[in-house]
Amino acid sequence: MKTEGLSTLVALVEDNPGVLTKVATLFRRRGFNIASLNVGHSEQPGISRMTIVIEGTGAHIKQCEKHLYKLVEVVKVVDITNADRVDKELALVKIAAHGAERSSVVALAQAFDGEVVDVGRNALIVQLTASPYTIERFLSLAGDFGVVELTRTGLITMARGDVRRARGPVAARRPGSNHKE
Amino acid sequence: MIDRKVRTGGSIICDVFLEEGVTAIFGMPGGASLPFYDSLYDYPQIKHYLMRNEQGAGYAADGYARALNSVGVATSTSGPGATNLVTPIASAMMDSIPVVFLTGQVATPFIGTDAFQETDITGVTIPITKQNYLVKSVHELPRIMKEAFYLARSGRPGPVLVDVPKDVFLDETDEPVPESVELRGYKPAGAGHRRMIRKAAELIDKSERPVIMAGHGVAISGAFEELRELAEKAEIPVITTLHGVGDFPETHPLSFGMIGMHGMYYANMAVSDCDLIIGLGLRFDDRVTGRVPDFAPKAKIIHVDIDPAEIEKVVPTAVPIVGDVKATLQILNPLVSANTHTAWLEELNRLRTNHPSHEPPPNEEFLPQHMVRYIYEATEGEAIVVADVGQNQMWASQMFFYEKPYTFFSAGGLGGMGYALPAAMGVQVARPDQTVWCVTGDGGLQINIQELAAMAEYNIPVKVGVMNNAHLGMIRQWQNRFYNGRLMGAELINPDFAKVAEAFGIRGIRAETQDEARDAISQAMEFDGPVLVDFIVDELEDCYPMVEPGASLAETVER
Ligand SMILES: Cc1ncc(C[n+]2csc(CCOP(=O)(O)OP(=O)(O)O)c2C)c(N)n1
Repeated sequence: MKTEGLSTLVALVEDNPGVLTKVATLFRRRGFNIASLNVGHSEQPGISRMTIVIEGTGAHIKQCEKHLYKLVEVVKVVDITNADRVDKELALVKIAAHGAERSSVVALAQAFDGEVVDVGRNALIVQLTASPYTIERFLSLAGDFGVVELTRTGLITMARGDVRRARGPVAARRPGSNHKE
Repeated sequence: MIDRKVRTGGSIICDVFLEEGVTAIFGMPGGASLPFYDSLYDYPQIKHYLMRNEQGAGYAADGYARALNSVGVATSTSGPGATNLVTPIASAMMDSIPVVFLTGQVATPFIGTDAFQETDITGVTIPITKQNYLVKSVHELPRIMKEAFYLARSGRPGPVLVDVPKDVFLDETDEPVPESVELRGYKPAGAGHRRMIRKAAELIDKSERPVIMAGHGVAISGAFEELRELAEKAEIPVITTLHGVGDFPETHPLSFGMIGMHGMYYANMAVSDCDLIIGLGLRFDDRVTGRVPDFAPKAKIIHVDIDPAEIEKVVPTAVPIVGDVKATLQILNPLVSANTHTAWLEELNRLRTNHPSHEPPPNEEFLPQHMVRYIYEATEGEAIVVADVGQNQMWASQMFFYEKPYTFFSAGGLGGMGYALPAAMGVQVARPDQTVWCVTGDGGLQINIQELAAMAEYNIPVKVGVMNNAHLGMIRQWQNRFYNGRLMGAELINPDFAKVAEAFGIRGIRAETQDEARDAISQAMEFDGPVLVDFIVDELEDCYPMVEPGASLAETVER
């Protein structure tokens, strides 16, 4: 996955039925292209965390952020494109490998800190947890053997460093609003 | 004390209506919503208006909401009833109108089975509602109803749809309606940022050619007094958008009318020549700005809007202020110095005298412009006008001088023909004390003409003025101007509308000349009840001024 021209937003959303559809509808309708989208639980009950990688930068993304805020279920949006952060993605890659090729694939996996999680007669499954960029590099090399199946979770990411203030429940912060919470 | 009475879903809904001050709702029943209607039977305080198409119900609720600047309610059954509401829902979304749409749904065990009359209306309406809910259990209904009203009216208002399965109307719960709403992700702005407001005041003090552009947000936040105070204190000319008509008295010396594609020539020029725009509660729609890169080329822009997503969406702003217009002006006004702009006003007044776009062209023929002007004269401006879409809409805004808030309504955003008739009924129900004129084209009338039946049944005394030019006038104008006169689908073969009205049980009058028109209007005004006047106007009159698509406001043509 190329990162040039892409932005990464983290959105904390109420875990209501339909919220994913609402976010997806918003992106489609406003013409924002999603490069990857990951949804899962956050540290707070009832709040899901979405990591959205979208095409575009600058004003385009600012607008996207504002539109996300307009969804009632969206509690907080952070643009962490330029933050110092930990990027991870999980990939399962089934690679064709017969006989002697097998050890080459294992070596390749090891070189990427990957793990062979299944061994078949003519194929192996490699599990890789890395940045999207590293996964791209791995896939390109694995292509020499033949990637027969691939699944990726999409990027999940978190800003590095210490917590600045005591953690309370997330509260809405709106762009430009000086509303007391 | 919290009341833990056991109630059915249906009565919870009715109780919330009463708590929210809703005394009239518009709808049509059906299988999935029958249990709700059965509850309604026990609530004589809530008057139900049976409309003849759910689209009419939706628009009537929209009119009711606008007239009272509070929440309206429309209801339908599942499936076809709900899909018939889609157009008014989209319209309310575009125009920020607080309407709660209550739809019946098939019973919960049938959801997802393609049951009879099942439509995924929450799925359908995601992009055209501020929020929507499928109520899965009666226990969540009290909270959802409370949220629905709160969301509809607060912040930037908008439509909220509540889809209630048949069994949920019947199920019982002792869950009380919460006293307040807890929504982590929803905190509408109050007044704007102080630092930004101070910056705005500085720009206003420095400006030599300022203009206030007042939009719908002024009406929604009820900022008429504050707007007037600002304009008079610093002597700033006021121009409105279509939805801002009524924000500022149009006969006030500082009023320079409406801007836009069919705005006043002088309003469009004022904006093109000004050095500062104070934009209050508007979204710089393409019908307002003309060609965006040429919009107000010499001006800095202060933009106040409660919706952050509107700021910088279309035009770059020098001072963005996210906030409620009224609350913001209350802080801004004292910071602005008293001022005069004599030279600038002289210039604008000269423009207005030389280019009187607000006057009908001198003509012996009975022109569509005359119809609106005569209604203005006969009512002495004391009327609410609900305009449809097309030429009639533009003339209704141009030829009448609106002096008071909430006196001109139009579906400007979606621009759905067929709005005016049912919306005017909703307005009249909300404001029984007022004279309500519906101004509609002959095309638009026929989109919801069935509502004349409801108008007659409930004796809703709307005066319906049909601007009958035997054409889809705006279509004809565009085909003549931009498609070499190749008229296709622009002519209308109409029935005799006065007779049609009579058949519905409504007084019908036909007027073919200027004199007949004046006479018909006074007859209509004297008559205590609904009247339809079929004004047979000049067929070929086109609507000016006009900013052609792709042109800038400075290129406004007058003929
Ligand atoms: C529901 C709907 N269909 C089509 C249009 C496109 N349209 C815009 S103006 C217009 C003509 C309106 O004709 P009429 O109601 O006779 O009014 P006039 O322009 O003659 O005043 C049409 C068809 C629309 N705005 N809404």
